[in-house]
Amino acid sequence: MSANSLMTPATVSLPDPAPVPASGRELIRATDLTAFYGTFAAVKHVTLGFEANRVHALIGPSGCGKSTFLRTLNRMHEVVGGHVTGRVVLGQDDIYGSRVSLTQLRRRVGMVFQKPTPFPTMSIYQNVAAGLKVGARHNRAEIDAIVERALQQAGLWNEVKDRLRQSAVALSGGQQQRLCIARTIAPSPEVILLDEPTASLDPQGTQRIEELLFNLKQQFTIIIVTHNMQQAARVSDTTTFFYLGTMVETGATKQIFTAPTQERTEAYITGRFG
Amino acid sequence: MNRLVWRRWKSRIMVGLMVAAVVVAVAPLLLILGTLIARGAGSINFEFFTALPVPAGETGGGVAHAIVGTLMMVGVAALIGLPIGIGAGMFCAEFPRNRLATVARFVADVMNGTPSIVIGVVAWTMIVARQKHFSGLAGSVALAMIMIPMVMRTTEEMIKLVPHSLREAALALGYPRWRTSVSVVVRTCLPGIVTGSLLAIARVAGETAPLLFTALGSQYMSRDLNQPMAALPLTVFTYATGPYDDWHRIAWATALVLIMVVLTLSLLARLATRQRFDVRQ
Ligand SMILES: Nc1ncnc2c1ncn2[C@@H]1O[C@H](COP(=O)(O)OP(=O)(O)OP(=O)(O)O)[C@@H](O)[C@H]1O
Ligand SMILES: [Mg+2]
Repeated sequence: MSANSLMTPATVSLPDPAPVPASGRELIRATDLTAFYGTFAAVKHVTLGFEANRVHALIGPSGCGKSTFLRTLNRMHEVVGGHVTGRVVLGQDDIYGSRVSLTQLRRRVGMVFQKPTPFPTMSIYQNVAAGLKVGARHNRAEIDAIVERALQQAGLWNEVKDRLRQSAVALSGGQQQRLCIARTIAPSPEVILLDEPTASLDPQGTQRIEELLFNLKQQFTIIIVTHNMQQAARVSDTTTFFYLGTMVETGATKQIFTAPTQERTEAYITGRFG
Repeated sequence: MNRLVWRRWKSRIMVGLMVAAVVVAVAPLLLILGTLIARGAGSINFEFFTALPVPAGETGGGVAHAIVGTLMMVGVAALIGLPIGIGAGMFCAEFPRNRLATVARFVADVMNGTPSIVIGVVAWTMIVARQKHFSGLAGSVALAMIMIPMVMRTTEEMIKLVPHSLREAALALGYPRWRTSVSVVVRTCLPGIVTGSLLAIARVAGETAPLLFTALGSQYMSRDLNQPMAALPLTVFTYATGPYDDWHRIAWATALVLIMVVLTLSLLARLATRQRFDVRQ
């Protein structure tokens, strides 16, 4: 399948598709966000906003807090026992507010991990539909349509349409990762968080995912952690550089890579450390 | 050159020793099976499964009462023990550092090492002594007390084998914690839990000591869990220690049936682990 068919519009009608927001609108913003593991602050006083329908890259040396920051945006940081101070606002809502439903939040902010994580006991179809089991109810026909659309958008439909009922673990690593992307986008989130989604893939699998991001940002706001400078430069509209838990610099990707204002950013992207 | 020859010999000697160890390990099972088949198979016929014991001195008769008793008592023990054991195992896996979980884990380990006759005495004190009569239900409770710690520990171990990343993937989709645990984590290791459960059932199906104090055994067909009940291991015990040749014959045959039941359960347990993803259309 070529990049062309990735752009094939879904042939199915959708139950209330998410409206495409006008660009320039900020969708999610962290304010003075500090993330702790116990008493250790892994992310310190970060204030950072993300515009809708853009790909935002988070870069920085290992251990600088990229993953930790990313996981504060869908409150997965709490799963490992961490806590935060500061605020994260998604649309109009403070996601750390007392009335927030984690289920609703995570349906609005989806996540893809470094290693593909298909559910081994579920078929390809069931994997993609897994996120639809919580939150709003869907009937069978709706789920069929959503699964097909999500697989189309993830560029996997043509490869799996004849074996939707087969095990998801029989897919290749790259296919599994695209399956996980399909699973993440099926509930129509607003934001997709990706934590080094291509780190375990070969160059071809990596390229497929990068092409996808370009199309997915039409509908979603994408925040991607990457160790790969070329990848950040290729796929992202904005880039943020983290160092030792603090945000050093953020800006348009082109500016960060050609004319960084901070000495440390330049040292990192030119490979002098990290 | 010389060294190479020596190495080859060393290798052969070691392999030989290991093969010998395997043979010694497997030999008892084959010996047991062989003896049971030689002594017991001849007495197994339709009547053996369907008839009740005949009065001492007469030949013939069967162990239908013991088969029914074992099925009922082990069945009820499984109904009590599996939900509690699996539930407790899930709790310990979900909250590994919880105080209650730590205590439960320790108690389970102690109970796993407790001789089953002690469990029988405990069940006797708790139930039989109070009710002032032996009963099949007391037997079930004793068997369940043996099953619970076994099932609890295997369940916890199986759940811990499921990669944390799967749990995170489900949580990130918005699954609540209990749902993540049930429909992703436990679902993923279900074959392992089933295996552990079947092995626990197989283990208690052959238990004799706890039943001596609780179900007591019986010569009659009893389907009432409130009454003393027969069981295959008790029948083996009674008949093997009796004075008549015909009783010994029945004891061998019953032992053969018992070991077949246990072997079948163990084989099922292996099959459950091997079971792969179901490719239903
Ligand atoms: N579960 C945890 N408990 C305690 N400390 C943690 C935990 N996870 C991460 N840390 C610490 O927090 C800091 C930031 O880690 P984080 O995983 O966010 O870094 P990262 O930028 O994603 O690194 P990498 O590029 O290697 O993935 C590190 O110092 C790390 O040791
Ligand atoms: Mg990381």
